[in-house]
Amino acid sequence: MAIGGLDIGSRTIALVEVEDGELRWGKVVATTFDPLEQCRQLLADRSFEVLVATGYGRHLAQANFADRTITEIKAFALGCHRLFPECRTILDIGGQDTKAISLAPDGRVADFQMNDRCAAGTGKFLEVMAAAMGLTIDEMGRIALETEAEVKISSMCTVFAESEVTGLIARGTPRPEIARGLHEAICDRAVSLLKRVGVEREVVFAGGVARNPCLRALLERRLKVPLLIPEDPQLVGAMGAALSALQ
Amino acid sequence: MSEYDVMWEGLGIDLEAHAGLLEVLPPMYQENILSQENRPRGMEYFDFVFSEVHGLRVKELVEHREGGGVVVGTFCTYVSEELIVAAGGICVGLCAGAQVAPEEAEKHLPRNICALIKSSLGFKLAKVCPYIESCDLLVGETTCDGKKKYFEVLGELQPVYVMEVPQMKLEHDRDLWRLEVRRLLARLEELTGKKVGLEELRDAVRLINEKRRALLRLEELRKSDPPVISGRDALLVSQIAFYDDPARLTDKVNALCDELEERKARGESIGGAHRPRILLSGCPMALPNWKVATIIETSGAVVAMDEMCTGIRYFDNLVDEDAADMEALLDSIADRYLKIHCAIFTPNGERVEHIKELVRDYRIDAVVYYALQFCDPYTVEAFGVQRELEKLGIPFLYLETDYSAEDVEQLSTRVQALIEMVGSEDKA
Ligand code: SF4
Ligand code: SF4
Repeated sequence: MAIGGLDIGSRTIALVEVEDGELRWGKVVATTFDPLEQCRQLLADRSFEVLVATGYGRHLAQANFADRTITEIKAFALGCHRLFPECRTILDIGGQDTKAISLAPDGRVADFQMNDRCAAGTGKFLEVMAAAMGLTIDEMGRIALETEAEVKISSMCTVFAESEVTGLIARGTPRPEIARGLHEAICDRAVSLLKRVGVEREVVFAGGVARNPCLRALLERRLKVPLLIPEDPQLVGAMGAALSALQ
Repeated sequence: MSEYDVMWEGLGIDLEAHAGLLEVLPPMYQENILSQENRPRGMEYFDFVFSEVHGLRVKELVEHREGGGVVVGTFCTYVSEELIVAAGGICVGLCAGAQVAPEEAEKHLPRNICALIKSSLGFKLAKVCPYIESCDLLVGETTCDGKKKYFEVLGELQPVYVMEVPQMKLEHDRDLWRLEVRRLLARLEELTGKKVGLEELRDAVRLINEKRRALLRLEELRKSDPPVISGRDALLVSQIAFYDDPARLTDKVNALCDELEERKARGESIGGAHRPRILLSGCPMALPNWKVATIIETSGAVVAMDEMCTGIRYFDNLVDEDAADMEALLDSIADRYLKIHCAIFTPNGERVEHIKELVRDYRIDAVVYYALQFCDPYTVEAFGVQRELEKLGIPFLYLETDYSAEDVEQLSTRVQALIEMVGSEDKA
């Protein structure tokens, strides 16, 4: 029996197919201005016994084609627990939200924290900063690893940090140092969110930003634990959604 | 011009801005309240009162004043309603539960002040609230710093009288507060030019106690599981209780309770065999602030209890009706109010104990703590409440927000995740 999991985030949409509890297939596309159309294309010529949606667009999906919805919190818990049964703490940095989740040994959500309405410390933050430096996110992550020196970025507000970055560039600060400072700032933010739910091993880092090597390295250094990174961190939410149908 | 337009204009209402406000209310009401399934018939009265929020009731205020009576506005559950009634006044709670003219308010107040205070001034400056314009006197209190300073600003626009609410509950605080209750009475007597006698005061105490008894009866019925009334309807009833005629309201609440008792006997509920039972705790949710309650209840749970000033804090505890004389009665009034568990007190273990009691009595599955952004008393107390509830294994969700709708999606995700945690289907 094929089950579909659809995760409609603010930046990307992921669809997976799970059969007999195993991930069979998965695809990620950009959300764009027309998420519904993107979903329709993803879903074209696929058929599922059940389709469960999660993410920002879950209600939109339910109104149109999904059978059921669960929150991203539960979806990441289920997905991470399946991939790493020992996992007790999850950090998920997505396009617009950062979430820290702590799991009970049986995989149930024990506690969670989410950032407030502002975009501080999320993928969006990185995106805006990369644009301010004229780089892609991948480039910014790469050059941040080139240096140990960092400038302190004092503002976590996306708007203020952007002008701070512009100011630093104008003053001739080397870009790697700025990039490094920005990653440190996000790392701080994520760590404080994690501390609020308590960091217990094993720690999984999921969501699109988990692909960023600099942030991974900084987080490991700060938390003093190795992070478990899913092979495809963007599919975890969709996978959890699909797995929920088996419960 | 309709009859109401003439009345509003007479009160100094800005008709155009006011029409704008009245336009947004019906769709809000539809979405948050009327769209609920299987509501009790007894809610029709409250629907009617709300539909006439600036009409019929305001007309009653105008008529009362034409007959020589006074209208007194309050901003806090600490202000004794029975004193106002005994002086022959009508007491209206001035709600400010929606964002009105924030830019105007920000000319006099800092940007980072709680939404309640900012909107309150917004309503006044935009001239859209016929209640505040009907008031002969506004009674403020020194609860939080924001309000304390706000009343100075408001006092430049309209007569304001401020009660000093102590911040501890020691013996000399009680003495101060008993004095403050007498000072308010004297101020009200000065306003009406008449002395309040023992029998008038006793009648007023009885009247307001009756209202409290009816509201407490409704709270008892909220213990039913499956629920016989939604949290939103219960919230609406207490919001309306702040400004409706007390005797009439008491009758209507009792009629609603009769119906709910029948429902309960028949095993009829608002739907769903069991819904996760949520305690909503924190800042007041003045009319028409239904945002968080709606999010909780459209996510498949029920708000089974409100530890808020628009909930149990408003009508818990009665005044001793049989107090022997004027002095004893006034003391009993003062003491009743000092029992309100507001977050402004220190130390405030009593409030946490009260929350724990409610969690037990109402078989609560999780607590949602609602704090208005920039409200120090409630935002700070959230930490201690959380710690205590964690010891009991009660899931706790902290929501800091204001009156805007921009964070509804994020709040929903968090509330729904909480409901998933306490184990239910996502019915949203
Ligand atoms: S929260 Fe405190 S200050 Fe505010 S209305 Fe209630 S009792 Fe008064
Ligand atoms: S919500 Fe908080 S800050 Fe605002 S008036 Fe009430 S106690 Fe004061």
